[in-house]
Formats: sequence, structure tokens, C-alpha cells
Amino acid sequence: MFLAPFGVLFALFFLLPIGYAVYESLFKVRVSGLGLGPNSTVTTFAGLSNYTQVFSDSSFFGGVGRVLLFGVVQIPVMLVFATVLALLLDSVAVRFRRLFRLAFFLPYGIPGVIAAILWSFLYLPGLSPVVAALHGAGFGTVNFLGVHTVLWSIANIVTWEYTGYNMLIIYAGLQAIPVDLYDAGRIDGASEWKIATRIKLPLVASSLVLTAIFSIIGTLQLFSEPQVLRAIATTISSSYTPNLFAYTQAFVTNNPNYAAAIAVVLAIGTFILSFGFLRLVQRRWAGA
Amino acid sequence: MGPAGRRRASPAGSAHVSRSGLLATAFMFVCAVYFLLPAWWLVVSSTKGPSTLYSSEGFWFSQFHLASNLTGLFSYDGGIYWRWLVNTLLYAGLGALCATLLASAAGYALAKYDFRGRQLVFSVILGGVLVPGTALALPLYLLMSKVGLTNTYWSVFLPSVVSPFGVYLARVYAAAAIPDDLIEAGRIDGAGEGRIFASVALRIMSPALVTMFLFQFVAIWNNFFLPLVMLSDTRLYPVTLGLYSWNNEYGQAPQLVSYVIIGSLISVIPLVIAFLSLQRFWRSGLAAGSITL
Repeated sequence: MFLAPFGVLFALFFLLPIGYAVYESLFKVRVSGLGLGPNSTVTTFAGLSNYTQVFSDSSFFGGVGRVLLFGVVQIPVMLVFATVLALLLDSVAVRFRRLFRLAFFLPYGIPGVIAAILWSFLYLPGLSPVVAALHGAGFGTVNFLGVHTVLWSIANIVTWEYTGYNMLIIYAGLQAIPVDLYDAGRIDGASEWKIATRIKLPLVASSLVLTAIFSIIGTLQLFSEPQVLRAIATTISSSYTPNLFAYTQAFVTNNPNYAAAIAVVLAIGTFILSFGFLRLVQRRWAGA
Repeated sequence: MGPAGRRRASPAGSAHVSRSGLLATAFMFVCAVYFLLPAWWLVVSSTKGPSTLYSSEGFWFSQFHLASNLTGLFSYDGGIYWRWLVNTLLYAGLGALCATLLASAAGYALAKYDFRGRQLVFSVILGGVLVPGTALALPLYLLMSKVGLTNTYWSVFLPSVVSPFGVYLARVYAAAAIPDDLIEAGRIDGAGEGRIFASVALRIMSPALVTMFLFQFVAIWNNFFLPLVMLSDTRLYPVTLGLYSWNNEYGQAPQLVSYVIIGSLISVIPLVIAFLSLQRFWRSGLAAGSITL
């Protein structure tokens, strides 16, 4: 029927790979004998040992800790920024609204890899006008790629890319609010600030939840930006984020079984966090 | 679309409003500079020659080398940049088109036909929305290498035509916008189910189709992990992966810096224009997406 073509492809390219990754993650490649010759490796059933290895792997947890720290700081900053921009765009006071909206949304039209390449030039000493300008302004030579700064340089790329997109989601929610509600508020003598915080924000709460969930998923899956910046920043290790670690395990260390286990843990973790967040806010609403 | 006509300014305290309005406008201007400056740098830098790229003021023009950069870009490595553009169009454009058709049919079926397990199927698909493309790339690679499909067009194209979010949007839209009576009327007139879908449902769903296409296009175009793990033949690369590979090689070939810069600019120009002009479809889709959460 109409569902069949999608259903078949969904099963083949969505469910099957997940199932196959789970299957692969239960095996291990062992070197037998001297490790020479074509038949020197054997694949054996390993049970959950890949998983126990993931959960005791400090490289994995280093990456998890890093993306969590990243998310705890970057997601609120970006969403507050996006909300403020959306509220300002929606208020009567600001001019050139259409122009601003286009400007804020523009970075979203640039794919993540290209945005990362672009910013990597702006971080690169010798090429970057930003580094030069900061030097000229008396800040000394700012190193955007140092051990302590590079994570926030990545955060800046992500914020630059997705603030406009999130702003648009919130703005769409604001535009759906009937104007009468504001007029009622104004007649009651509410200030613009009160209207924004008491009327507008609660009514776009579902949009905010949506942006938060998309952001949580994106942060846990962080890959392209650090992978691109690795070309110029030695401070980004091969296990900088969980996805980078999985990639390294699969293609550099040549241990696809272990990479499969990491991918499964990461997918489940992402699902639990985003789903858990959704449940949490839904309960909050139901209770209110 | 004109929000200006949508509401009146408060009659009281207009002096106060204009002063805070000025402040707000100034703030927005600073934000706009933040969002536009990197793009401006890209435009300026793509006109510079290899020497002035490093030595001149980054945010302003210097010697004009746009033409030589362009010919260099399109002729490097046997004109492989052209191929990357065409590949991108195939992966993202054709992929998103197929994804939209498949998802609209599935969403329509889920909205308008009653069958056993409908809710279960929809729940599974909805769960798929929460599984991002990057999480699937490695499992897909393992599977594709098992069946020997890695390093082919299909390895990137086929996974790209599956769009759970598209199904979700299509279902929400079809349920709200297509009246059951209209489908009934079609049946009474003797039209087959396929015809009703093609000539009635798809037409009504057309605004949602644009939104679904856009979302999937961006999802494919932004999914860098999948082609990175699947493809080793540079002639199969999409433009993002191609530019990434050049970006890693400019230690050996310094002129590649200029090509990465102008290549990035060329590849995003059509997209940025399409994006900005289709903004209202984003808004409608995003509003629909957050309503039912």
C-alpha cells in the first residue's frame, strides 16, 4: 500500500543497521598464533565484553564529559540568545525586522562542515583578521585553538550556525499567538516586558522544548566541527567527542566491533536523554 | 506576512517605546554583524590572490583575483569540483525529492487509513525522529560493508531517502488538511486509491511537501559523517566532503586554501538564496512540528 515503500526502506536503512550494529557489538576479533598470514585473526562471540569495555574506557568518558559540559553551557546560551532575538523581532519597537531575520537565518544555509572550515580560517593565526584585530586592540595573541579555548571555539561555531534556526522556530510560535491577547494585556496596563515574559514565553514553551531537544541530540552527536578543526588544532584528540572516538575506533584503530558498541551506547544515551527531557517537561506542565 | 500591520503600537509612552526601540535596533545590528561577518570574510577572501590572502586586511578587498581563483577551482584535479557539485545535487536534491514522495505517501496512509498496528508503526517512526543521522552512519557502514555496497552512490543515496520527520509532518498535515469527505467523493466517482492520493491528497499537501523537501535536503547536505565513512573514491564525494579533503591537504598544496575558500562560497550561494526565499515554509513546518509535542 502507500506505507509499504517507506516501510521497507525504513526497515532496511534504519532498523536493520541498528540491529546489525548491536549484533556486531557482541563479537570480538582475536589474533591467533603469531598474528601473521590471512587466517591469523578469528572473530569470536564476546557477549557484553565490548560494553563493559566502553563503560570502563576513560577515553569514552572523557568525550562524554566534554560534550555534556559543552551542552550545559552552549545550549542555554544559544536558546536564550535565540529567544531574545525572536522576541525582539516580534516586538513593534524594532525596525528593519525582515532584514534582520534574513541576516540571523543566513548561517543555517551554510552546511556544518563548510561553516567549520570557514571558522577554522577565522581562528587560524596568520590568516585570521579576528586574531589580528584582537592583537591590534591590545588583547595580545589570542589562541582560539588552545587546550582550554578550543571547546568554546567549537561552541561558537555551533551557536553561529543554529541560533537563527532556533530563533525561527520560536518566532513561528510567537506569530501564531492571537494579537488580542496582547491588547488585553496592554489594556490591563502590562508593560512590554511583562507581556513578553507573562504572555509570550509561556505560549511558546512547546517551541522551546522542540529547540532544546534538537540541541541536545545535536550536541551528543557532535562530530563535524571538531573533525574539521583537527586539521589545524592539535588540541583536539582522536577521542574528543564520543562520535569522534567511535570513528577512530572503526577506521584508525580498525576495531569495528568496539566502534559498534560505542555507537549503540551513544544512540541509546541520546534517545534516553532527549526522551527523558521531553517526559520531564511534560510532567512539569501537567503538574502546573 | 507583514507583522507591522498586525498590531498597533501602544498609544501611551511612545517616546519611551522609540528610545528602547532604538536600543533594541542597535542590539540587533550588532547581532547581524556577528552573523554576517564570517560570510563577508568568505566573499572578500575569495577575490584575493594567494599572497594577499595572508598579508592584507582580512575584512576588506585587496588585489582582485576572482577570475583566476575561479578557473583554478574548476580546473584543479581534472575539474573534479564540477563532479562534486553534480554529486551533491544527486544526493541532496534527488534524495530529498524521493524522501518527500515516500514520506508523504506513508504519512497519508497513517493519517487516513485505519489498520491494525497503526499507532505502533507511528510510534516506531516517531522514535526514528529522535535518532539523528550521525548515530546511524557507523551502523550503516558496517551493514553496507557486509553486503559490499560501500564506496558506491547507493551507499549514501539510499539511506538519505528515509525521512521519519517527513512522515511525521505529512501525517500531521494530512490529518488536518485533507477532508475525509473528499476522499469518499473520489471513491464514489470510481477513482482508485492511487489516483485519489496522486491527484487530490498530494495537491492539498503541497505546502507541507515543500517543507518536507527542505528539511530532508538540509539533513542530507549536513550529514557529513555518512559520506565520510562510506566513500573513498573522490569522484563520488559530495561537495562538503570534497572541500573537507582539500582542507586537510593544503599543507602539500598551498593554492588549495584559495580553492577551499572560493569553493565554499560557490557551493553555498544557491542554497542561501533558496533558503532565505523559502523561509515561510520553514516557519509553517516548524510551527506544525512543535504543536503536537
